Amino acid sequence: MKKIIEASGINKFFGAKQALKNISFSVNEGEMFGFIGPDGAGKTTLFRIITTLLLPDEGEMKVMGLNCLTDYKELRRNIGYMPGRFSLYQDLSVEENLNFYATVFGTTVKENYDLIYDIYSHIEPFKNRLAGKLSGGMKQKLALSCALIHKPALLVLDEPTTGVDAVSRSEFWEMLKKLRQHNITIIASTPYMDEAMRCDRVALIQEGKILTIEQPKKIRAGFSKKLFRVKASQKYKLINALKSYQGINTAFPFGDSVHITFKENEFNDSIYEHLKKMGITDVNIEETSAGIEDRFLELM
Amino acid sequence: MTRENSVLKRNKKMKNNPVISVKNLVKKFGSFTANENLNFEVYEGEIFGFLGANGAGKTTAIRILTGLSELTSGEVTVAGFNAKKQPEQIKKNIGYMCQKFSLYEDMTVKENIILYGGIYGMRMKLIRERMHSLLERLNFEEYRDSLIADLPLGLKQKLAFSVAILHEPRIVFLDEPTSGVDPVTRRQFWEMIYETADRGITVFVTTHYMEEAEYCDRVSIMSEGKIVALDTPAELKKQYQVGSMDEVFIKIARPGIN
Repeated sequence: MKKIIEASGINKFFGAKQALKNISFSVNEGEMFGFIGPDGAGKTTLFRIITTLLLPDEGEMKVMGLNCLTDYKELRRNIGYMPGRFSLYQDLSVEENLNFYATVFGTTVKENYDLIYDIYSHIEPFKNRLAGKLSGGMKQKLALSCALIHKPALLVLDEPTTGVDAVSRSEFWEMLKKLRQHNITIIASTPYMDEAMRCDRVALIQEGKILTIEQPKKIRAGFSKKLFRVKASQKYKLINALKSYQGINTAFPFGDSVHITFKENEFNDSIYEHLKKMGITDVNIEETSAGIEDRFLELM
Repeated sequence: MTRENSVLKRNKKMKNNPVISVKNLVKKFGSFTANENLNFEVYEGEIFGFLGANGAGKTTAIRILTGLSELTSGEVTVAGFNAKKQPEQIKKNIGYMCQKFSLYEDMTVKENIILYGGIYGMRMKLIRERMHSLLERLNFEEYRDSLIADLPLGLKQKLAFSVAILHEPRIVFLDEPTSGVDPVTRRQFWEMIYETADRGITVFVTTHYMEEAEYCDRVSIMSEGKIVALDTPAELKKQYQVGSMDEVFIKIARPGIN
């Protein structure tokens, strides 16, 4: 399979602070690849290196077989980049922004209209509105249209869904899915663990290091312990009671329940007795399978 | 109020003690209605989740509840004060924290605590006492003289929350407090929220993580300026016959989809 990105041993320092620590990975052609991790993990730094906007201190970054260091001019023509912060021209209209980006890349809106139709048609009724006056969701769609207008082979999206509500996030990923039929390779970063399921593969990233790269489906298998889901009506009391239980390994709140693992890995009956002693009688415990967030917590 | 008393109250009389009461709240900007006849109550010691899609009118409502913006019509009482007539009193009796701005980056931890304590009119002796117990509780003593800019985001957010309740307000407003925070810190943050509510301080919180909505005692969901749902997460899931708050949200937060 053709590799679109090949990174090996990337190190990046800002003064004494090391933002990226020995990052190596590859992304296949046509793949939807996600970088998942909290703020400060190094996602943006890595994306800036991929898009040739920053230089690594050590290591090699190849994109579409070209070297990010020496072939940056050629590369920039073939990459669509949507930065985390909205960076279109606020004092130009929707249509003017799109025309501007098309012209800069030596193409026209008409030429690649089919590529952006699904996205742009949502905001086309507002094409005369200034970009600065758009709502968050509309800005996002315009930014994506502008990043796509030169039909890039690689689309780089830095936290496209941060601060966006759950419904709009879901819509955004649906739009990305449709882009795949045009054979565009997509890498995207996000702090939302649930978005991992939208990707072919994900890299979990924390403090400048890649913790693991896996297919989201296989993440369950990667979780090394037996996981149990505990429910009771008084959640705060339950968490404290679980943490004071001798045989507990981890206890993390998950939605309406608490996910726990045992030190000895196997379920231990004595937990009921302990919880009862702590005043929790309406407890319900069952084995459950791990999700991506369980895995992330295990790796951290 | 002692801890035991507050817990007792929370368990027994929570519903009799609204700390926020909103009746027929309307807020207009010119011809645009941002809040259209909102009605709800938030009880003492409750964790109240305030959800909605972007642009649904959440921020407008929060600005009114925190005394920062004037309402067009309706009756809003927060911590016993009238939002229209006594916004300054409201500001003194609430805490506020948001993701975008919390503490001064170019000041130390200690300086920030003293500054905020001073703004809330606390005496130096009390500020020092609370600073001591706060730093101890957070295991933060070694950071006392660190600049905020040098702290990792997770620590910053935990500290910002503690500072927002330094003056022991009746209510604390948290606007997307955990955006972008790693999963471990996010859970530690929620444990702080539980602990705060347990002490009798009402927590009014917004979030885009639907899983966090499950941590709330009750949640309201806004859509197009109106509250379209308000109940416990368990009831909402039952009512809409789905397994998660994420699905509830997708079903009702945005009309015209599905």
